[in-house]
Amino acid sequence: MSVDKATVERIANLARIALSDEEIERLAPELDNILGWVEQLGEVDTSNVEPMTAVIPNKLRLRDDIVTEGNQRDAVLANAPQAEHGFFAVPKVIE
Amino acid sequence: MTDLTDLGVRALRDGVRAGEFSAREVADAHIVKVAAAKPLNAFLVETPDHAIAAAKAADDARAAGETLKPLAGVPIGMKDLFCTKGVQSAAASHILEGFKPPYESTVSQKLWDAGAGMLGKLNMDQFAMGSSNETSAFGNVISPWRRNDGGNAALAPGGSSGGSSSAIAARLCPAATGTDTGGSIRQPAAFTGIAGIKPTYGRCSRWGIIAFASSLDQAGPMARDVTDCAIMLEAMAGFDPRDATSLDAPVPQWEAGLNPSLAGKTIGIPKEYRVDGMPAEIEALWQQGIDWAKDAGAEIVEVSLPHTKYALPAYYIIAPAEASSNLARYDGVRYGLRDLPDGAGLQDMYAATRADGFGDEVKRRIMIGTYVLSAGFYDAYFTQASKVRTLIAQDFDNAWEQCDLLLTPTAPSAAFGLGEKSDDPLAMYLNDVFTVPSSLAGLPAMSVPGGLDKQGLPLGLQIIGKAMDEQGVLNAGLAIEQRAGFAARPEAWW
Repeated sequence: MSVDKATVERIANLARIALSDEEIERLAPELDNILGWVEQLGEVDTSNVEPMTAVIPNKLRLRDDIVTEGNQRDAVLANAPQAEHGFFAVPKVIE
Repeated sequence: MTDLTDLGVRALRDGVRAGEFSAREVADAHIVKVAAAKPLNAFLVETPDHAIAAAKAADDARAAGETLKPLAGVPIGMKDLFCTKGVQSAAASHILEGFKPPYESTVSQKLWDAGAGMLGKLNMDQFAMGSSNETSAFGNVISPWRRNDGGNAALAPGGSSGGSSSAIAARLCPAATGTDTGGSIRQPAAFTGIAGIKPTYGRCSRWGIIAFASSLDQAGPMARDVTDCAIMLEAMAGFDPRDATSLDAPVPQWEAGLNPSLAGKTIGIPKEYRVDGMPAEIEALWQQGIDWAKDAGAEIVEVSLPHTKYALPAYYIIAPAEASSNLARYDGVRYGLRDLPDGAGLQDMYAATRADGFGDEVKRRIMIGTYVLSAGFYDAYFTQASKVRTLIAQDFDNAWEQCDLLLTPTAPSAAFGLGEKSDDPLAMYLNDVFTVPSSLAGLPAMSVPGGLDKQGLPLGLQIIGKAMDEQGVLNAGLAIEQRAGFAARPEAWW
C-alpha cells in the first residue's frame, strides 16, 4: 500500500483541509512512511480478540432527560466569528 | 529570608497555614519570576490578578481564624489545554487564538475550589500533539536545563506538557496541571528533573479539557516531588457527571497514605523494555532504580509484556483516529478562527479555516486519522489496532499475577536539542515508547527524577501500577525519590 498524491488529495478533502501542491508533495511520502510503519500490526494474530471499547470497566450512566443549563444563548454565541440575530452565521449555502 | 519560589506545594501550604509568610507574599514572589522568565516562553497568558485574588482569600480566611483550604496559598500554572473561564484557552493553536471559554473545566474549578490561584496559561504542543513542545503555534518552550559542555544549545522541555515542565523546573511555579495521552506528563517530567503522575483513566474529569484522543486523554499533576503530586492529585480527581467516562469512585487520601516502604511489594521489570540502542546511562539508571526498590524492601521479578513493540503503532492509529474526529469541530463557525476567502462557500470556508488554523503536526495526525477511518480501511487499521490494544491491556493483567508494580525508564534518552528530531515524525514518535503502553491500558503511571546523565541532564524512572492503585505508584515513587536524593537544578540563565 503506498500513499500517492491523489490519495493525499482525497484524504485532505475528507478532512476539509486545503493543501498547497507543496504540502501534498511533502505529505505523500510522510504519510506513506508512517502508515507503512503501523502496518506491522498485521503480524499480530487477533482472530479471537475483541477490540477494546472501554479501557477501564465502567458502566454508561443515564441521566434524567431534563434541561440542566439552559438559556445560555449569548454565552454560546460569544466566541462565534460571526453571530447574527441570535444565530451562528455562515456563507450562503446554495447547491 | 527563604526564597519562596524554592518551596514546593506542601511547604507553601504549611507555611501559609502556620503564618510563616502570607499567601500574598507567595503569589507576588512567583508573579515576579514568571514575568522575568520570558525567554523560556513557558507561559502564553499571565494571570497575576487570579493568583492575587486567591492569595487574598487565603490571607483573609487565616485572619478570620477559618480553616484554610487544601491548596490555600499555592499558586499554580494551568496547561493551555484546560478551559478557563474568560481567559484565553487555545491549546497552543492558532485556530483557537482568542477563544475565551464561557465556562471552567472541572479540574481547574476543583483546584480553585481547593484554594489554588492561577499564575497563567502554560504553553504546550499544539493540541497536545508532540513530544518536544515544538508544535505550539506560539513558539517553542525552552527547557531551563543546559548541557554541561559549555554550549548554549536550547533543549526540549519534553511534550506535550512542556510549558508545565519548564515552568516547574525553573521555579516559576511549584506545580502545574498536565495532560497525558501517550506520555505527555511523564516524558516532560523526566526531561526536566521533576515528578508527574498520570492517574488511572477516568480519575480526573475530561470535561472542559480540549479533546485530543478521548479514550486516552487524562489530566494529572506535575510538581517538584512525589508528595506535591499527591496533594495536587487529591484536589484534581473525583467523579464528574459531566464526563461519561468519569470513574464513580471515592478519592483516596493519597498524601496521608504516603509510605516509602516497599516491604511485601513485588516489582516487575518488563524485559521487552530493554530496547535496542538504549543509551548505557539509561540502562544504568534503570539498574540503580531496581537496587533502590530492593533497598526499600521490594522483591524484584522479571516479567514479560509480549505485545510491547506493537503499542506505538497501535497508538499512532488510535490517537490520530480519535483526533480526526474530535478536531472536526474546528470549522470556523462556532468559535476560533474563520478564514473566508473572497466568494468562498461553506465547504471552502471549512477547508481554508482548517488549513490556516492547524499546524503541520496537527494536520498530519488528522490526515492519518482520516485515512485509517476511511471507507475500506477501517477494519484493517482501526479495528486491528483496537484488538491489539486489548492484547496490550491483557499483557499488563498477566503481569499483575506476578507483581504489584512495574519499574522502567520513562524515556529512551535525556532531553534532546530543539530541532534535532523535528524533521522526522517517526523518530519523534519513538520517544514515547515506554509511556504509551500504560496509556493504552489506562493505568496509573508516574515519572520521578533518578539522576543526571554525563551531560548533566535529568533522567527519569517510571512506575506503572494497577488500575486505581495510584497510592502504590506514589509510594514507590517516594521510595525512589528518597534514595535518589535528586537535588540538581538548572542555573538561572534566562
